[in-house]
Amino acid sequence: MGLFERLKQGLSKTRKGFTEKVDSIFKGRGVDEETLEELEETLIMSDVGVKAAMEITGHLREKKNDIKSGSVKEFLKREMAELLGNAHPLVTFGEKPFVILTVGVNGTGKTTTIGKLASRFVSEGMSVILAASDTFRAAAIEQLEIWAERSGAQIIKHQSGSDPAAVAFDAVEAAKHRGTDVVIVDTAGRLHTKSPLMEELKKVKRVISKAMPDAPQEVLLVLDATTGQNALRQAEMFNNAVGVTGIALTKLDGTAKGGIVFAIRKELGIPVRLIGIGEGIDDLRDFDPKEFVDALFS
Amino acid sequence: MFETLSEKLESVFKKLKSKGLLKEEDVDVALKEVRVALLEADVNFKIVKDFIQRVREKAVGKEVLESLTPGQQVVKIVHNELCDLLGGTSSKIYLSPTPPTVIMLVGLHGSGKTTTAAKIGMLFKREGRRPMLVAADLQRPAAIEQLVTLGSQTGIPVFHSKEIKDPVTLCTESIKNAKLEGRDIVIFDTAGRLHIDDTLMAELERIKNATTPKETLLVADAMTGQDAVNIAKKFNETIGIDGIILTKMDGDARGGAALSIKAITGKPIKYIGVGEKIDMIEPFHPDRIANAILGMGDVLTLIEKAQRAFDEKEAQKLQEKILGESFTFEDLRDQLRKMRSMGPLENLLNMIPGFSKLKGIKIDEKELVKVEAIINSMTSEERRNHNILNGSRRRRIALGSGTTVTDVNRVIKQYMEMRKMLKMFKKGKGKIPKILPF
Repeated sequence: MGLFERLKQGLSKTRKGFTEKVDSIFKGRGVDEETLEELEETLIMSDVGVKAAMEITGHLREKKNDIKSGSVKEFLKREMAELLGNAHPLVTFGEKPFVILTVGVNGTGKTTTIGKLASRFVSEGMSVILAASDTFRAAAIEQLEIWAERSGAQIIKHQSGSDPAAVAFDAVEAAKHRGTDVVIVDTAGRLHTKSPLMEELKKVKRVISKAMPDAPQEVLLVLDATTGQNALRQAEMFNNAVGVTGIALTKLDGTAKGGIVFAIRKELGIPVRLIGIGEGIDDLRDFDPKEFVDALFS
Repeated sequence: MFETLSEKLESVFKKLKSKGLLKEEDVDVALKEVRVALLEADVNFKIVKDFIQRVREKAVGKEVLESLTPGQQVVKIVHNELCDLLGGTSSKIYLSPTPPTVIMLVGLHGSGKTTTAAKIGMLFKREGRRPMLVAADLQRPAAIEQLVTLGSQTGIPVFHSKEIKDPVTLCTESIKNAKLEGRDIVIFDTAGRLHIDDTLMAELERIKNATTPKETLLVADAMTGQDAVNIAKKFNETIGIDGIILTKMDGDARGGAALSIKAITGKPIKYIGVGEKIDMIEPFHPDRIANAILGMGDVLTLIEKAQRAFDEKEAQKLQEKILGESFTFEDLRDQLRKMRSMGPLENLLNMIPGFSKLKGIKIDEKELVKVEAIINSMTSEERRNHNILNGSRRRRIALGSGTTVTDVNRVIKQYMEMRKMLKMFKKGKGKIPKILPF
């Protein structure tokens, strides 16, 4: 199965609801206030947010004289793909190891995403070390260990309750000695409003760069697609604390639309790099804005 | 930070000085803002639509109370209506007449079922009951270990098995075990699943049929967006739920999902999770969620918490001091000590509307210890009159408290800002809660 097919399949539920609605709105009708309002509703229902939804419909209103009644969908597709910008897949570069720091609130799927990501790097022939820096949650280390085993990655861990920064440091040091390609640091889930925990995260990042000046090369924020407008706040606060370079959007295999990525891209300019579309070890995909929107509308 | 709805409505109605009845066009302008606020709080679109219609009917032609501005009047109507929709105050978990009472927790991945299981267990343990946790999540790696760890932290036994691969069998076995061990509450921690995963939903149904739980509770993340409706509906229709537990309410989520879930299922929200620690679970109060949705802060909870630490008279005295502008370092120290006895500071600060806008006040608990040390190193004269704190006094205080002159300067600066702020609040005509934490 091709990547596009796979994405389409994963997004089929998202696609169905959205496209059907857009189709039914503009069936036999042109762009007018009524259809625009219905479109705005549909966008808001996809968690796009009030502001972004109003912006998209606003553009449509401005250009309504140029749009033929049959091509509203095409216009929307272009408009929304433009909002998301170019594809920014997660690629490793530079000196080894390439260090990825994963962050996010509780329960978004950080550990699972790390497991899938590790498996992907290993299957590409790279060596991977996982750093068990979630030393807070009960059995988080054990969970990561199982994923290390499944994916064929190595793991660096300390005792539960130990300093997460120290674990990350040791992992990067170990990777330097062993010539490992990639280090993925798992951190404890934390609400973005808890400043002591955000300070702890800053420290983890600082300490990583003590082991290796350019690291972490990637700070990956894991977001749950089911989350509503709060996701924008999460992105904002994590970005302020540790400088988020990319987003992994998980749980897109449900009925949630993950529309908040439009607002995040627009307000913060952070690209979505990966999407999670299932529980299987290879249900992690590169996020391609064009494909994403195409799949939404096809 | 969000501009609160009250602020928005105030500005909408600013030009409107006339009292009397709420006019249709005024109400419509106001309700446009209410609509956006509700949508931004993630209340489901369809529910917002119905809600606005209802409020409109109630508001148009309503007399504006003497003491309120038109904006406040609309907020009041919206608030009342929200509380109504959110349902009665804190319904409890009902116990079965023939023990053990079986409680089944269900929900999506990562909604917080395992932590919640331990928290509920702890609630019952505190009541003197004998709860047991059941590790029925056989899917997620290390889920069993997580519950076992939480069990040993709380001293609550955990029923688990590496041999039993079927959650239905595991759950029925656990009840037999509970009866043998004389456990009167059994809590199932089931695996997270998507509501559209028919196979796994059918599995939940089988567990429910085999064990007939007294309470089946949906554990939902307070940050859930528009999809909350679909999730709650599907869980309720497929397996039938008796109530909802809303988790991660300690963030800055506006909790619109609460309204959506309540409206779509008609089932009560029983508890809210407010932190990662095992005792951080609270009964649900509709008015508080209504406040959060409207961006009004959780003033009520704050006042309640404050009342525990302050006695009335002292609060009165403090109030007078603030108004009389004689708020000294001694008072500040008193307040700091009381605040620290009121639980994590952040939880308190989050509840105060507009607090995030105030600068210069650290939310770090360690910082508070430092501040107290600095105040302790002052002479009583210095505490009463900060104006005499010259360079050499500041150096002495820094030495005495084991801090630096910079630290001392900062504390003095913050103290002065605080005084300024208190004065501002005083001028702000009762916009603040009656009892300030400092």
